[in-house]
Amino acid sequence: MSMTQDELNPTRDTEPITNGQSAVSTLTPPAMRLENVSVSFNGRTAVRDCTFNVASNRVTSLIGPSGSGKTTLLRSLNRLHDLTRSAKVEGKIMLGDIDIYGGSLPPTLLRSRIGMVFQRPNPFPTMSIYDNVVSGLRFNGIKKKALLDEAAESALISAALWDSVSSRLKAHGSTLSGGEQQRLCIARALAVEPEILLMDEPTSSLDPISTQRIEELMVELKNRVTIIIVTHNMQQAARVSDDCAFLLMGEDRAGELIEFGPTTKIFNDPSDPRTLDYIQGRFG
Amino acid sequence: MTDVLMDLPPDPILERRRVIQETASKKIGRRQLNSRILSGVFGLTLVLSLIPLVSVLATLIKRGVGVISWGFLTHDPIQPTLINQNAVGGIGNAMVGSLVVDGIAALVAVPLAILIGLYLAETESRTANFMRAITEIMTGLPSILLGVFAYIYIVLTMKAYSGFAAIVAITFLMVPVITKAAETAIRGVPHTLREAGLALGARNSKVSRGVILPVAAPGLITGVLLSLARAVGETAPILLVIGISGRTDWNPFHQMSALPLDIYQDSASGYASQQQEAWGIALVLVVAVLVLSLGSRFVAARMRREQR
Ligand SMILES: Nc1ncnc2c1ncn2[C@@H]1O[C@H](COP(=O)(O)OP(=O)(O)OP(=O)(O)O)[C@@H](O)[C@H]1O
Ligand SMILES: [Mg+2]
Repeated sequence: MSMTQDELNPTRDTEPITNGQSAVSTLTPPAMRLENVSVSFNGRTAVRDCTFNVASNRVTSLIGPSGSGKTTLLRSLNRLHDLTRSAKVEGKIMLGDIDIYGGSLPPTLLRSRIGMVFQRPNPFPTMSIYDNVVSGLRFNGIKKKALLDEAAESALISAALWDSVSSRLKAHGSTLSGGEQQRLCIARALAVEPEILLMDEPTSSLDPISTQRIEELMVELKNRVTIIIVTHNMQQAARVSDDCAFLLMGEDRAGELIEFGPTTKIFNDPSDPRTLDYIQGRFG
Repeated sequence: MTDVLMDLPPDPILERRRVIQETASKKIGRRQLNSRILSGVFGLTLVLSLIPLVSVLATLIKRGVGVISWGFLTHDPIQPTLINQNAVGGIGNAMVGSLVVDGIAALVAVPLAILIGLYLAETESRTANFMRAITEIMTGLPSILLGVFAYIYIVLTMKAYSGFAAIVAITFLMVPVITKAAETAIRGVPHTLREAGLALGARNSKVSRGVILPVAAPGLITGVLLSLARAVGETAPILLVIGISGRTDWNPFHQMSALPLDIYQDSASGYASQQQEAWGIALVLVVAVLVLSLGSRFVAARMRREQR
C-alpha cells in the first residue's frame, strides 16, 4: 500500500473548503476509519486489508475493475453483510470513536446513521412517494405528522425532486421515471438525516441528464452528509469526489486497496503504476 | 460492379445468415402445424375438464335452486314427520355453524400461517427445513385424520362434542395451506426491498410488516381465500367432533351444525323434503366456494395492477 502517514492524518490542512474539487481534508476528524478491513465469503477472501480514512463532509469514491470488491467493502460499512451467513468481516471500522462491529452500537442504530443508495432504484412499491420518503423515520419510531412533513419536504428538496412531485405526494413511487425513482431513494435515505451516505453506482442505470443531476446533488449535499460512492465512471469519480480509493484484484482474485489519496493526486499523479494504467484505461 | 462482387469468395457471415433464414422459413410451416395440433389438444382437454364441473353445476341448479330463499338461508330446520312430510325448513343453524367454525379458524390460522411462512421464507436452517417438510406432509394428510386428532385430544378431554373441536381441526387444515402460499409469496418479494428497509435502520420485523408483507399481499390473499374455500367444503375433519344441532347457536362450545355436514345427513334421509334441502345446501356451498376462488383471483389481479 502506498499511503504516507501524512495522508492518514486527519488534521493536516487548515484551508477552508470552498468547492467540491478541493482535494484536501478538513480540520474535523475523519467520519470513518477503516483499519485492515477484509471481507470473505465462505472463507474465500473478496476484499482484503483496506486501510483508509473517510473525511467528513467530503465525497470519497471507490473505483476499480468489476469484482475488485467495491460493493463488498461498501456493504461492510453499514453491516449489510450481517444478512449473509457466509460473510465474514475482519479488521476494524470506526464511526467516530465507535467500533461498529464492537458490539456497543446495534446494527439498526448504525444503519440509521449511515444511509445507503443502491445501484438500482428500489422504492417500496406499495407505498406512495410521501410514504417512501418518510418510511425510514417511521421505521425508527417517529410518528409526529409535523416532523414527518418537514423531513419529507426537506429531503425531497435536497434530492431535487420537490418541484416535480410536491403536487402528487400520494402517487405511487413506481409511477416516477427511473431517474426520479433513484432521487426518491436518495430522498428516502436523506430523510433519516444520516451522517454518512453510501452510494453503490447510483447512476449506472440512469440517463446522462439524471446522472448529471445526481452528481450535482452529491456536491451540494456535502455540507449535510459525508458521501462514499462506488463508481465505474472515471469522469464521475474525478468530477464529484475529493478522495479516491483504488481497488484491484490480487493474484488470488481477492480485491485489495492499491492506492488511496486526494482524487486530484490519484488522477494526475498516482504513486502506483497500476493506478495509472487503470486511470488511463489500459486494463480493467 | 456486380461482376466484381460475384467473383469474390462468399462471405462466411452472409452465407451463414442465408442458411439460417432458409432453414427458419422451411421450419415455419411445420411449427404452425404443430401449434395448431397442440391448441386443438389443449382445447379438447379444457372441454373435457369442464364437463364434470358444468354438469354438476347444472344438476345443482336444477335441483337446488327451487328451495333457496331468504327463509331457507336464515331459518332453522323443521324435522319432517309422517304428517308433515314435505316441510322444507331452513339451514340457518348450518350457515351460522360454518360461519363461526370457519371464521374463528381463519382468525387463528391466518396470522399464525403468515408468521410461519415469513420464518420459512427468511431462514435457512435445519429447523426451517424440518418445518417445511411438516407443512408439506400436513397439506397432503387425509383430512379425516384431523378429525380423529380433534376427537382424541379435544372431544375426549372435554367430554363433549363442540364447535370448538371443529375449529381446532379446521385450523390445522388451513395453516399448512396458507403457510405454503405465504412462503411462496414472500420469497417472490425482491431481496433488494428488504435491504432497502434494513439500510434505513429498520428492525427486521418492521421491514417484514411494513414492506415485505404488503408487497406479498396479493399472494397471501389468494392463499387465504383458497384455504377458506377448502375449509368451507370439508366434512371429514368436523364429522367426528362437532356433534349436531338443529338450532342456530353462536356459542362454539356447544354442539353445532355446518353446511357440508348437513348435506351428508340430509342426503341420507328417507324424506324427499330433506333430500331437496341437501341439494339446496350443496348449491349454496358451491356458490360460496366459487365466489371465494374467483374472488381471490380478482382481488389478487387487482392488487398486482395497483402495485405497478
Ligand atoms: N454474497 C456473496 N457470496 C459470495 N461471494 C460474493 C458475494 N458477494 C460478493 N461476492 C464476491 O466478492 C467479489 C467482489 O464482488 P463485489 O460485488 O464487491 O465486486 P464489485 O467491485 O462491486 O464489482 P462490480 O463493479 O461488478 O459491481 C466477487 O468475486 C464476488 O463473487
Ligand atoms: Mg458492485
